[in-house]
Amino acid sequence: MKRAEILDEFAGGMRAMAPLTVAVMPIGLVFGALAAANGLSSLEVTLMSALVFAGGSQFVAMDIWAHPASWGALAFSALLVNIRHVLMSASIGTKMPAFSIPAKYAAMLLLADEIWAMAELRAERTQLTPAWYAGLAIPFYCIWVLASLAGSIAGTLLGDPTTVGLDFAFPAVFTVLVMGFWKGRETGAVLAASAAAAVFAHQLLPGVWYIAAGAAAGVVATLFMGRRREVCA
Amino acid sequence: MTLDPNTFLAIVAMAAATVLTRVAGLVLIRFVAIGPQQKRALEAIPPAVLMAVIAPTALVTGPAETLATVATAIAAMRLPLLAAVAIGVFVVAVGRAVVGA
Repeated sequence: MKRAEILDEFAGGMRAMAPLTVAVMPIGLVFGALAAANGLSSLEVTLMSALVFAGGSQFVAMDIWAHPASWGALAFSALLVNIRHVLMSASIGTKMPAFSIPAKYAAMLLLADEIWAMAELRAERTQLTPAWYAGLAIPFYCIWVLASLAGSIAGTLLGDPTTVGLDFAFPAVFTVLVMGFWKGRETGAVLAASAAAAVFAHQLLPGVWYIAAGAAAGVVATLFMGRRREVCA
Repeated sequence: MTLDPNTFLAIVAMAAATVLTRVAGLVLIRFVAIGPQQKRALEAIPPAVLMAVIAPTALVTGPAETLATVATAIAAMRLPLLAAVAIGVFVVAVGRAVVGA
């Protein structure tokens, strides 16, 4: 590919991602402010956004944050919250014939939900190129890191986020994402099982075990529904 | 500009866990054939995990949080992410002011 073509592809990816790149700014600001309220320094906030780069797990980390930070519990919760990435990378991985093997693995490092969704959409229409993917991912990544940093600085000035309801931003984001996964009655069974198990475990067990309990209950529910459908059919 | 060693360790551990999940799918498709049963289980994980994360806030924290979660879910059917989140935050702030919590 010629240099001009690479630049064209990069710009194309950047343009396609622009609305989402703008939309992630306030979410990054809220994350930074929440992290600052939890006592993280601006350097720590920036490092977390730059190295973890997975909004959902970062918000969950802020929810269960303790002093001193418990790395085992935080890594475990990040693993649970991000386990969906296994499916996402398995899916997009089959649509990257234009990528060299190292480029494929490098691309996976930036596989946030929004980037994955846009890449899947692109792959359905035309060949997904490394340059287009870079245009998609790199500006979005930079904005996420910078917005987190800005939020951590502004957050210490703003004070307690609970007074204006900003602590509710992450449960709200997850609620919207849950609605996006709705595929009919079976999803309802998964959600009901997960919610019941999570609340039950949350009342009885310390730490983030309620996330594991909910995830397990949801998976059991879907397998149970599948078996029942086979029996009926 | 401080960097607490415990916090740094936690960040690196979280990053390692996240990278693991993002690379695992690529490794998986090279070695494992995913049947319909495995696919169903994997597909149920994202909504199940997200629901588990929000359930304590949505159901057993207080009336303001429950109401705001319902409002956000309804808004999400029609509105983009940011607008739905803004509505949720607004409802929880008003609800807490009314309840006095």
